[in-house]
Amino acid sequence: MLNIPKLPLADWIDALVKWLSHFEGFFYAITNFLGGIISAFQWVFDLIPIPVFIILVMGLTAWITRKKIRVGLLVFELLGFLYIWNQGYWRDMTQTLTLVLTASLLAVIIGVPLGLWAATSKPVATVVKPLMDFMQTMPAFVYLIPAVAFFGIGMVPGVVASVIFAMPPTVRMTKLGIEQVPDELIEAADSFGATSWQRLIKVQLPSALPNIMAGINQSMMLALSMVVIASMIGAMGLGTEVYFAVGRNEAGSGFAAGLAIVILAIILDRVTQAMNKAKR
Amino acid sequence: MSTKIEVKNLTKIFGKHTRQAQALLDEGKTKTEILKATGATVGVDRANFSVEDGEIFVIMGLSGSGKSTTIRMLNRLINPTSGSVLIDGEDIAAMDAAQLQQVRREKMSMVFQNFALLPNRTVQQNTEFGLEIQGVDKAERSDKAVKALAMVGLQGYEDQYPDQLSGGMQQRVGLARAFANDPEVLLMDEAFSALDPLNRRSMQDELLDLQDNLHKTIIFISHDLNEALHIGDHIMIMKDGVIVQIGTPEEILSKPADDYVERFIKGVDRSQVYTAGNVMVRPTMVNVNNAGPRLAARRMRENEISSVYAVDGGRHLLGIIDAKDVRQAIADGREDLKPLVQDIVPTTSADTPLAELMDAVSSTPIPYAVVDDDNRLKGIIIRGAVLGALSGNEVNVHA
Repeated sequence: MLNIPKLPLADWIDALVKWLSHFEGFFYAITNFLGGIISAFQWVFDLIPIPVFIILVMGLTAWITRKKIRVGLLVFELLGFLYIWNQGYWRDMTQTLTLVLTASLLAVIIGVPLGLWAATSKPVATVVKPLMDFMQTMPAFVYLIPAVAFFGIGMVPGVVASVIFAMPPTVRMTKLGIEQVPDELIEAADSFGATSWQRLIKVQLPSALPNIMAGINQSMMLALSMVVIASMIGAMGLGTEVYFAVGRNEAGSGFAAGLAIVILAIILDRVTQAMNKAKR
Repeated sequence: MSTKIEVKNLTKIFGKHTRQAQALLDEGKTKTEILKATGATVGVDRANFSVEDGEIFVIMGLSGSGKSTTIRMLNRLINPTSGSVLIDGEDIAAMDAAQLQQVRREKMSMVFQNFALLPNRTVQQNTEFGLEIQGVDKAERSDKAVKALAMVGLQGYEDQYPDQLSGGMQQRVGLARAFANDPEVLLMDEAFSALDPLNRRSMQDELLDLQDNLHKTIIFISHDLNEALHIGDHIMIMKDGVIVQIGTPEEILSKPADDYVERFIKGVDRSQVYTAGNVMVRPTMVNVNNAGPRLAARRMRENEISSVYAVDGGRHLLGIIDAKDVRQAIADGREDLKPLVQDIVPTTSADTPLAELMDAVSSTPIPYAVVDDDNRLKGIIIRGAVLGALSGNEVNVHA
């Protein structure tokens, strides 16, 4: 082994990144597109007064859980948001929310069709599975380096890195959900003369929906876990507060901001889970 | 009656090298030889049968007999390797995708063993499924679904979800979904097998009741011979992908084609299968409009019996005439038989199962009269014939 020279893998990756940066225009377009989505979310969040925002979220939660109202969750939302407001983290929280929602949205837009494709085609599945393993286990820091090269500094590279890290559960759970649709249901759809599109929309997707929703929930949590890392390349939000606290060695403000992330995570998790349960 | 479905040389070979396997099959090689030579499994081996319009045709066999494969080839959920399936003369096996879709949408519907209902849809929405696929507009399909649900006795359950219903009710939804399309052919794949015995029995009876009004052509898969005998107009028994026997329930019971069928029918409760029509015998009767006491007396003497059945010119049952009264009338010189008729004859219809008659037949002094809907006398049931049928003697198969 010692006789084999070190493989220049790092050089190859560098060369690839350098080569990819020739497609400046392409990455510029993506940056603009993602920037647009991010600005839209942020614009809406900035527009809504804080008390109205809290009421809207609580109202939405109450509507989703209308069959069995969960008072505990509503109280938690109220106290949690009041805490974030009180600590002066409101704008940071909405920025983090923007990052998470944008990343989740993209994870769904890319992940669900990819999962469908992998469920129906064996060759695709063979390629997708190790790719997903790779995306999820590669230390998320690593994505930051090329992300900055291609998308500059700010929210956009943060979103891109989050999507790469957060997408695998959506893909996996979509594939699993589609594969688990009972054969008889497929036969029923076929026997009534459904086209393959009708079969997908009316039978396979609805039956797989609980799994897909569970995958989206997981993706959202993973995206949230990326916020501190993303703050290193200038994605603003609660992560930035934590990151700065680390730099300044301020345990107190680190915890205060970290707690805000926890609150946001719990609210997002419970609300999406409730959505899944509300769907029949 | 005309032929609705005609299946010719229908064959399914699973696995690779199907062409090679088909060639070997045509040469007359057995299933095991073909498996050894090619690795391919013969699922169904050159099946030939035809199904009459409006009958219930039961395909019976144990698991692995090829019955599920056979029914799935009728609507091509499984594509046949060779052979043809003619429905109203059109070959399903040769259709392109668009024609097949048309047939599946309009001509045939399927009912599944485990119901295959969509868990995220209400009973109503499940019932509308087939119509929705066809693109029928909302008002019409809702209307048809409500009617189909009422037909299977599920009115009031429209907004429930399948998991809120019992197995029997879920399968009613499966039936309603199939009926909503108003198909000509109904494919029922072990439709009642997942139900408990009591529920299964009542669903069978309900299917028969529905069939009385609807006259669909029904292909019914079953592994339960009692079920097959109960609902089938014709039964086809399969074993290892080959058809062993096709016949009416009575034919299967009275003339089993081989040891396999014979072993099958050993445990069958014949009283559930045989009907009054199967065991009735020719009655001795007189037409009271033109016969007198002397003719009645002679008929009784010839047949060594003590009473005759009285009918009118149209063979409508009027009652029974006793030998004692006839002798009295002859002695008194009376000519008219009509005053002697006693209207005390118990009656039944030809399709009543023996099981329902058994107690009554053994306790009545006067043999039951079998009459049709217009009260015409078709035959009578005597105790000896009933016992004979139950112990496996020949019966009137074509009664």
